Amino acid sequence: MNDFDQIAILLLIIVPLAGSLAMMFMPGNEAKETWYFAIFISGLSLILALIVFAGYDYDQGGFQYLSSYEWLPGPLDIKLSLGIDGISAPMVLLNGIVLFGGVLISQTITHRPRDFFVLLFALAAGVNGVFVARDLFFLFFFYELAVLPMYLLIGVWGSSTDFGTFLRTKEYGAMKLLLFLVAGSILVWIGILALYVESSNIGSGTYSLEGLARLSETGAFDSEFQTWVFPLFMLGFGVLAGLWPFHTWSPDGHVAAPTAVSMLHAGVLMKLGAYGIIRVGMFLLPEGADNWMPVLITLGTINVLYGAVSAMSQNDLKYIIGYSSVSHMGYVLMGIATLDNIGVGGAVLQMFSHGIMTALMFLLVGAIYERTHTRDISVLNGLASRMGVNSFFFAIAGLASLGLPGLSGFIAEFMVFTGAFRTYLPLAILAVIGAALTAIYILRLLARTFMGEPDEQWADLTDASPVEMSVGAAFVGILIFVGVWPDPLLRVINVGVSTIPGV
Amino acid sequence: MTSLTENLDLLTPEFALAGLAFLVFAVDLFLPEGKKGYLAWISIAGLIALILVSLVMLWDEDETLYDGLLAVDAFALFFKVFFMGIGVFIILSSVDFVERRLKHQGEFYGLLLFSILGMNVMAQSRELLTAYIALELLSFSLYVLAAYAKDTAASNESALKYIIVGAVSSAILLYGVSMVYSTIGVTKFEAIAVGLELSTEVSPALWVGVGLILVGLMFKVSAVPFHMWAPDVYEGAPYPVTAYLAIGSKAAAFALMLRLVGEGFVPATERWEQWQVVFAVLATVTMLVGNLVALAQKNLKRLLAYSSIGHAGFLLAGITAMSFDSPLPSNGVMFYLVGYSITNLVVFAAIISFFNMTGKEMIADLGGLADHQPFLAACLAMGLFSLAGLPIFAGFTMKFYLFTAVASEGYLWLAAVAIFASLISLYYYLQILRQVYIEPTPTENGVAMIEAHPDLTKPPSLSLLAVLAFGAGAIIWLGIYPKPLIDAIEAASRALLN
Repeated sequence: MNDFDQIAILLLIIVPLAGSLAMMFMPGNEAKETWYFAIFISGLSLILALIVFAGYDYDQGGFQYLSSYEWLPGPLDIKLSLGIDGISAPMVLLNGIVLFGGVLISQTITHRPRDFFVLLFALAAGVNGVFVARDLFFLFFFYELAVLPMYLLIGVWGSSTDFGTFLRTKEYGAMKLLLFLVAGSILVWIGILALYVESSNIGSGTYSLEGLARLSETGAFDSEFQTWVFPLFMLGFGVLAGLWPFHTWSPDGHVAAPTAVSMLHAGVLMKLGAYGIIRVGMFLLPEGADNWMPVLITLGTINVLYGAVSAMSQNDLKYIIGYSSVSHMGYVLMGIATLDNIGVGGAVLQMFSHGIMTALMFLLVGAIYERTHTRDISVLNGLASRMGVNSFFFAIAGLASLGLPGLSGFIAEFMVFTGAFRTYLPLAILAVIGAALTAIYILRLLARTFMGEPDEQWADLTDASPVEMSVGAAFVGILIFVGVWPDPLLRVINVGVSTIPGV
Repeated sequence: MTSLTENLDLLTPEFALAGLAFLVFAVDLFLPEGKKGYLAWISIAGLIALILVSLVMLWDEDETLYDGLLAVDAFALFFKVFFMGIGVFIILSSVDFVERRLKHQGEFYGLLLFSILGMNVMAQSRELLTAYIALELLSFSLYVLAAYAKDTAASNESALKYIIVGAVSSAILLYGVSMVYSTIGVTKFEAIAVGLELSTEVSPALWVGVGLILVGLMFKVSAVPFHMWAPDVYEGAPYPVTAYLAIGSKAAAFALMLRLVGEGFVPATERWEQWQVVFAVLATVTMLVGNLVALAQKNLKRLLAYSSIGHAGFLLAGITAMSFDSPLPSNGVMFYLVGYSITNLVVFAAIISFFNMTGKEMIADLGGLADHQPFLAACLAMGLFSLAGLPIFAGFTMKFYLFTAVASEGYLWLAAVAIFASLISLYYYLQILRQVYIEPTPTENGVAMIEAHPDLTKPPSLSLLAVLAFGAGAIIWLGIYPKPLIDAIEAASRALLN
C-alpha cells in the first residue's frame, strides 16, 4: 500500500500532464478520437482522485500519501514534496469531478480540438499540483501552470459578448484575466522570496512548507515581518479567489470562456486562491493572519453584497453566474477570515459545494447557449416547457446557490455564518442580507428564463443531450448528497482545519 | 615569470577555431557558386568537433596561461561550450536565409567563426587589455555581419550606427583601462581587487576609470541609458545576425562582466558594496525602460530588441547581487544566460522561418500563423511563454532561481522590481501570441496572405526544424529538470569565486 500511496499522488499530476504532452503528438483534426482520449485521461484522473480521497485516513490526520523527490539540492534546497491533508483532499476530488464533467461535455469543440485538450490538461495538472505540493517552489510552479493556459483557452475557443453599445471581446476577457491573475501572482512570488530570505537569515534558506512551518512555530518570523508579508499572500492569492476590488476579471473572463473552461475556472481555479491563503498565509504566518483578518472579512462581506447586487442587474445568464461566483467566493473569504474552526471548515466546504454548483450552472448555460445562441434573459423565457431536464437541474443548482436546506450550499453557508456570528457579528448580519439578495437574483433568473409562456422562436428547442443529462444528474446528486449527509466530507475537512495554527 | 610557451597546448581549441575560420575562407575560394552551402556544414562539423575536444581535453582543468592573462578553468570551459553551441544553432538557422538573401556565403560563416573565437577568449581573459582585444575581435566581426545585406539601406544604416556607437564605447572602455592603470599600475582583474581594497583613500581617477570601463561594457550589453543603438541595429541587420546579436554577443559581454566583477570587484568587499548601488540603479532602469518601451513596438525585431534590453536588466540585477560568500547570484546569472539564449533561439528560429516564407517582419503579419504552421506557432508560443517566465518552460525556473539569488543577498526590492517588470513583458509577448493564435490571416492588397506567399503552406527547412525541435525540447527540459545544467554551472561558479 505504501508504494502505491507514493505513486498515486504523483500520478495525480503526471496523468493529466502526460496526457497533455501525449496529445500534442496526436493528429490535429480528429475531433472524435481526441475527445475519447481526453475522456480516458480525465476518467483516470477522477479515479485517482477518488482513490486518494477515499484512502485518506481521518483518524490519523495530518499530511498523508507523503512522497519526496530530490529536485535541486544545494543552497536552494528544492524538493518535489507531495502530500494531502484534510483541506486538499476534497479539493483534489473536486478537480477530478469537474474536469471529468467538463471533458465529457466538450465533444462540441471541433475547432482545433487537440490544442484545446492539451491546454485543458495542462491546467488540470497545475491545479492538482497546487493542491498536493508541500514545497513553495512547486506550489508556485503549479499555480502559474494553472493560470497560463487560460489566455489561449479563452482567446481561441471563447466567445465575445455584444452589449449593444459596446462589445466585450473574448480577447479582452482573456487578456484581462491573465494580467490580473499574473499581477496577483507577482505579489505571491515576492511573498515567497521574502519567506525564503527570512528563513535563510535564521539558518539555511528553505522552500519546504514543513520547514517553514516549523520555523514559524518556533517564533522565527517576528510579528512585524508577518504583518507585512501576509497581505502579499492575502491579496495575491485573493485576486484568484475573486477578492473585491480585484474581482473584475472574473465575470468578464468566465463569460468569454468556453463552457468547460468556465466550469473548471469558476469551479476549481478560483478555489486555488482561497486554498493558497489558507495553505501559505495562515499556516506559515498565523500572527500576520490574525492582524489582517478584520480587513479580509470586511472585503469578503463586500464581495458577498457587491457580487449579489451586480448579479441582480445583469441580463446575461453567464454574467449573472459570474457575479454570483464573486458573491459566493465572498462567503469562502469570510469563513477563512473568522479564524474559527467552524467558520474555516464552512469555507472549505463552501469551496467544494460552490465548485460543483457553479460548474453545473455553467454547464447548463452552455447547453442553452448552444441551442439558442443567446444568453439574454430578456429574450429567453418559458424554456422549462422545451428543456425540462435542463431547467430542473438549473433550479436545483440555483436553490443550492441561495442556500436551501437539504442542498450543500446551506450547510456551508450556515457554518460560515456561525463562525462569523461568533467573531464579527455586524458583518455576519450583512452577509445574511447578502444571502437574501442571492435569492432575489436567482429567482429572477429562474423566473425570467424558465417560467412563463414559451416564445415561438424556441419551439424547436431540444432538451439536454444524454451526456449533458448524465453529467448534470451526477452534479445534482452530489449537491443533494452533501446537503443531506455532509459527514464524509466534513470529517476530512475538520481534520485538516484543526491543524491550522491560530484557529 | 613563467615561460610564455608553457601550457600553450591548453589553447588548442582556440587555435583550431581560428584555423577552422581560415579553412572556411580558403575553401570558399575554390567552391563554385551553388555549392557554397557546404561551408555551413563544414563550420557546424568543426564546431561540434571542437566542443567535444574542449570537453575531453579541458575537463577538470584549472590552469592559467601567459602569466595569468588567460584562464583555462571550469568557468571558461562552460562558456566555451556554450558559445560554440550557440554558434552551431545560429549557423543552422542562417543556412536558408544566407543562401536566399545574402551574397558571399563563405565570409559570412568565416566571420561568424571569428566572432565565436572572440567570445571564447572573452570568457577566458583575466586581464583588461586581453579582454579588450577579444571584445574587439567579436565586435569587428559583428560590424561586418550587420552590414551583410549590403544591397539594403537598412542593413547599411544598421552597421554604420553599430560601428560608430561600438567604436565610441570601445574608446571609452580603453580610456577607463588607461586610467585604472595610471592609478594602481595593474590591469589584471585580481590585482585590481587588491588595488581597490588597499587604496584607503580612493583616488577619484580610479573611480572614473572603473566607471568608464563599466560604461563601455554597459554599451555592449545594451543597458539603459546606453541602449539606444540596439533597436536600430537589430532592426536593420539581417535576421540571423540580429539573433546572434541578441544571443551570442550579449552572452559574451555578460561572461566578461561576470569574470571582471567576480575576480576584480567582489573580493574588495567594501568597495564592491559602493559599486553595487550603481549596478542596482542600472538594473532597475534597464528592466523598466526595456520592458515598457517594448509595449509600443510594432516591428518584431524592434520588439525583440527591447525585450532583450529588458532581459539584460534582469541579468544586471543578478550581477548586482554577486558576493564573495554565496555562489547563488553568479549561478543564477549563468543559468539565466543559458535559458534565455536557448529560448530566444527558438523564438528567432520561428520568426526566421516565417520571414523566409513571406519576407515580412511586422507583428500584425503573423495573423493566422497557427492555422498554416501549427508546429511553428507552438514553438513560438513555448518560446514566448518561456521569455515571460511561465512554467513548464526554462523561463520560469531561471527567473525563479535568479530572483531568489538576488533576494537572498539583501536585494528583495530589486527582485520585486524584476518580478514586476516580467509582468509588463507578459503583455507584449501575449500580443504576438494573439496574432498567431487568435487573429485571422491578414490580407495584402486584397489578396490573402496565404495566396500571396504560397511558401506559407510548406514546412520550414530541415535545419530550422532541427533548431526548433531541439530548442523546444531544451526549454521544457530546463523548465522541468535543470539539475544537470546547474551542476555544471556550480562548478563554473566555484572556479570564478575561489
